[in-house]
Amino acid sequence: MTPRLELRGITKTFPGVLANDNVSLAVMPGEIHAVLGENGAGKSTLMKIIYGALSADEGEIRWNGELVRIPSPTAARHLGIGMVYQHFSLFETVSVAENIAVAVDEPFDLPAISARVRELSERYGMPLDPDRLLHHLSVGERQRVEIVRCLLQRPTLLVLDEPTSVLTPQAARSLFETLRVIAAEGCSLLYISHKLEEIRELCDTATILRAGAVAGTADPKTTSPAKLAALMVGSALPETHREPARPDPTPRLEVRGLDAAAEDPFGTDLEDVSLAVHAGEIVGIAGVSGNGQAELAALLSGERTLSADDDALRLDGEPIGRLDAGARRRRGLAFIPEDRLGRGVVPLMSLRENVVLTAHARGGMVRGGMVRRDRADAYARRVIDRFDVRCTGTGAVARALSGGNLQKFIVGREMELAPRVLVVSQPTWGLDVAAAAFIRQSLIDLSRAGAAVLVISEELDELLEICDRIAVLYRGRLSEGRNRGEVTVEELGLMMAGGSAAAGATEPAGPAAGRTGS
Amino acid sequence: MRLQFEPRPTPSLAAQVLAPIAAFALTVVFGSIFFLVLDLDPFETLHVFLVRPLSSANGVSEWLLKASPLILIGLGLAIGFRANVWNIGAEGMFICGAIAAGWFALAFGDGDHAWLLPLMALAGIAGGMAWASVPAFLKVRFGTNEILVTLMLNYVAVLLLGYLVRGPWRDPFGFNFPQTALFGPSALFDPLVGVYRVNTSIFITLVAVGIAWLFVQHTFTSYRMTVGGAAPAAARFAGFRDSHSVWLGLLAGGGCAGLAGMMEVAGPLGQLTGHISPGYGFAAIIVAFIGRLHPFGIVLGGLLLSLLYMGGESAQIMLRLPAALTRTFQGALLFFLLAADFLIYYRPRRVGRR
Amino acid sequence: MEIAIAIITGTVVAATPLLFAAMGELVAERSGVLNLGVEGMMLIGAVTAFHVAFAGYPLAVAAGAGVLAGAASSLVFGVLALNLLANQYAAGIALTILGGGLSAFLGREFGAAPIDPVEALHIPVLSDIPVVGRILFDYDPLVYVAFILFGLIWWMLFRTKAGLVLRIIGENPQAAHDIGFKVIPIRYLAVLFGGAMAGLGGAYLAIAYTPLWVENMTAGRGWIALALVVFASWRPLRVLLGAILFGGVNILQLHAQGQGIGPASEFLSALPYLATILVLVLISRNRQTQKVNFPASLAKPFRPGH
Repeated sequence: MTPRLELRGITKTFPGVLANDNVSLAVMPGEIHAVLGENGAGKSTLMKIIYGALSADEGEIRWNGELVRIPSPTAARHLGIGMVYQHFSLFETVSVAENIAVAVDEPFDLPAISARVRELSERYGMPLDPDRLLHHLSVGERQRVEIVRCLLQRPTLLVLDEPTSVLTPQAARSLFETLRVIAAEGCSLLYISHKLEEIRELCDTATILRAGAVAGTADPKTTSPAKLAALMVGSALPETHREPARPDPTPRLEVRGLDAAAEDPFGTDLEDVSLAVHAGEIVGIAGVSGNGQAELAALLSGERTLSADDDALRLDGEPIGRLDAGARRRRGLAFIPEDRLGRGVVPLMSLRENVVLTAHARGGMVRGGMVRRDRADAYARRVIDRFDVRCTGTGAVARALSGGNLQKFIVGREMELAPRVLVVSQPTWGLDVAAAAFIRQSLIDLSRAGAAVLVISEELDELLEICDRIAVLYRGRLSEGRNRGEVTVEELGLMMAGGSAAAGATEPAGPAAGRTGS
Repeated sequence: MRLQFEPRPTPSLAAQVLAPIAAFALTVVFGSIFFLVLDLDPFETLHVFLVRPLSSANGVSEWLLKASPLILIGLGLAIGFRANVWNIGAEGMFICGAIAAGWFALAFGDGDHAWLLPLMALAGIAGGMAWASVPAFLKVRFGTNEILVTLMLNYVAVLLLGYLVRGPWRDPFGFNFPQTALFGPSALFDPLVGVYRVNTSIFITLVAVGIAWLFVQHTFTSYRMTVGGAAPAAARFAGFRDSHSVWLGLLAGGGCAGLAGMMEVAGPLGQLTGHISPGYGFAAIIVAFIGRLHPFGIVLGGLLLSLLYMGGESAQIMLRLPAALTRTFQGALLFFLLAADFLIYYRPRRVGRR
Repeated sequence: MEIAIAIITGTVVAATPLLFAAMGELVAERSGVLNLGVEGMMLIGAVTAFHVAFAGYPLAVAAGAGVLAGAASSLVFGVLALNLLANQYAAGIALTILGGGLSAFLGREFGAAPIDPVEALHIPVLSDIPVVGRILFDYDPLVYVAFILFGLIWWMLFRTKAGLVLRIIGENPQAAHDIGFKVIPIRYLAVLFGGAMAGLGGAYLAIAYTPLWVENMTAGRGWIALALVVFASWRPLRVLLGAILFGGVNILQLHAQGQGIGPASEFLSALPYLATILVLVLISRNRQTQKVNFPASLAKPFRPGH
């Protein structure tokens, strides 16, 4: 049988990075083919090449046996390729139907497209209201928009880039059912992921990428997870070590009945959020993105402050709500944001200059209103040494560092402050396995050394690995914290979808309110 | 083979230094083509534009005289620009500084007061700052766009000045010309050397360069402002107040422009008229960019833009070319500078055709 | 009655150049490009149109020349902002300075020499209706062009796929690129359109409104047009409203000056600028409405790639 899609010797370089190195793979009709690899292995680059959003430097693409060029996503769609990006290519300010209509090569007839969207979404068990504005949709619903948008074009190859990263475990399972139906109808699926279990559950074949090159092909159903991991990482998966927590009885960081309307018109309001983090423990906040994590992080860090009479936030019993981030940091509350470039660091400033950002109050770095560069330099050097930041020195600009090294620098910079409370948001987003393990271990060590650590993460596995207690944020409301070992993935998944841990199993539809039309 | 551009991981320092030079060279080329179209000999015209003005002692005096306010305003604007505060109202602030200083000159200029000139300088600074505080307040309080407010206030300042010199401050013995009486000697700077117009106010600019250098290179305040300009989210993350940057950025620009306005009326002009600025407020924007927002660079930028002004005048006299040519070349210079800046962040790379 | 009619029709005429320039800028900004060079483009359009009209060509040719000149001058900005990823504020200021200088240079021969005023378009029957006819149907052809273009732009933005594409590029160029839209060429079209409309606005000032060429004759109207777009929160109907409001302020202060009412003429002349600041303050107080329609990528350079 002729493969539906065949890649031969695809090579793509970016400045200083060989993103794809002589990659070959073949996807058969109706096959669910996994591309497995850790972050930075070159999966996304490869998918963008297949979809025509990037062009390869070398190599050839065959489509149903014929040599083709795919110069643009439009050309890819004409061939019959559909693409669901990890970062959705959707638009907040227009309706579901418009989001779909803009990306299909058909006459611009919104009523007709709406009707077909309804029909398709029903058929594949992904209910959608075409008239709603996109910014009212949950992340799961947005993914449905992306998938329906592809299906409308009757693709014969559907590419999905890390589709479960935004879903609860239950929602992921229902997505798998949909995907199996699509494959059974003859459509090939190219499924990109770094999660071994789901690939073992869903896929027929797996091509494993490592450092841009093909490390092997395997049948995931018969290959052991350890073997797959070894292919993916090149060694056994690193593990973190943790001692049992011995939390202090009095809370360090305390949130009591925090209410806050979102500043962003497309944001989520926080309602009656309460939590306490004690010295010596790690508390995790789980949840699907867009449920108030960004708002909560900004309020905890002090990037957004509360009015003077609002004492919902307390640090060691003292109200801190009106203090800005700098003042909170001086009191021992450090924060690591999810955006590194542009928030955690100034991209075009050197590491030496970037330590001044948060460590300026330390060790006489500023005296008489003047910045003392030698002090800043020494601090930066300490961070680089202790946290193994690979760079050309303290003069390297932040933007030139890789994601993993940059995060190590930021984490190191905050940890060198010896914070009593550390709030960290998405600590390992986009990092490779080794860097992620290093950072998780650093967080554990900090808590065991007596700090209170709060981790906000969308990765349930990560939270289960490092946290002592986990609470779930859903539509701006935070659940009770559950002790590790007393809660299952299933239960957390239900809570992330808005159900109580004990209640039923279906994900409720998105918010009923919301304008329709444009 | 074809040429492609790729982002540099680290911005190029060399390109940063070379871009203004390249921009000037390209402006010269642009000018030569322009002259050819006008049927003028480009070499001769360029000589009139760039060489002739500096070939006499008086020329050098005029050169420094014009460069001084340009540098001073550029220094102030650059402090705002670093913080991403887009003050394009230096023209208005210049005028208000001149008006405030002028009031003291007209009120006390007849006597022999040693304190008058310093007082006028303070008034100039205060006048410029007062004008700048309007956009600063509106930006901090309501988030109103400072670009549009500062620009609108330029027109208002020009009208205010026009009202004063046509109305209450008009020289009663001035044959109805829209201008005030000439300032008394104690309201004027002394000439630096003999008969030439360049005066002692140039030392103010020199001191300002030193202060600005110290501020920009070493102070924590400047660091905070730079962070706010380069990455506002990082500034919030660090706990640096946006409102401080806005206030300081605009007040620095206003103070410097106001002081420059005072130096102009207490120097070469010696009185207030309806047209006290030949567009220094706008030219200083170019000075700041050409100087890479760095005080020493701004000195060079000011000297260059001053030369362009003189070239324009020289061409007007010698070749009967319109004065508007100066502004055309100023615009072209900024255009080429911004274009050359691309190479700071991107580098060319040859790639093989697939 | 006569004064009322004069004020109403004067307002419409004074609003016309603002409407041209602001609607053009609205289209550019909706695509995510902030071109602060409106003032410069208007001046280039004005001087070019005046040249052509002075040479005796009919109104349509002169206006067309203004359109082309405005569009050509916006190319300068396009290269900087779209290809060379320059700071859009700085690039717009460069265009303003360049346009101001170049137009003054090109118009150096016209020492305020007037040309024949444009005659009002006489529409049979309609123009003859008393009062209403004079208020609605007694304008030069370009006024009608402005209002027709306004309607077309509204329709294009909100009822066609082209408009939808323009808006989504303004919101999220990366996502638009990822699904196959050529962001840079589309933004070029938007910038060129903005330039053409600014050129037409300038042309209107020079050949119909005044009609003569004076250096810097736009007197800040390009900047006011920019302010109108902000005031309108990027919505066409409010641009129209704003243009009429500003036309009205301008005409009222001119009438007051003519009649010698009120304070010194300088203060009356300052009113349009002060009114601009006032409306900007009023609108910026309501940040939520501003954010909802705000093209999220405005003034952010975009480079296709990764």
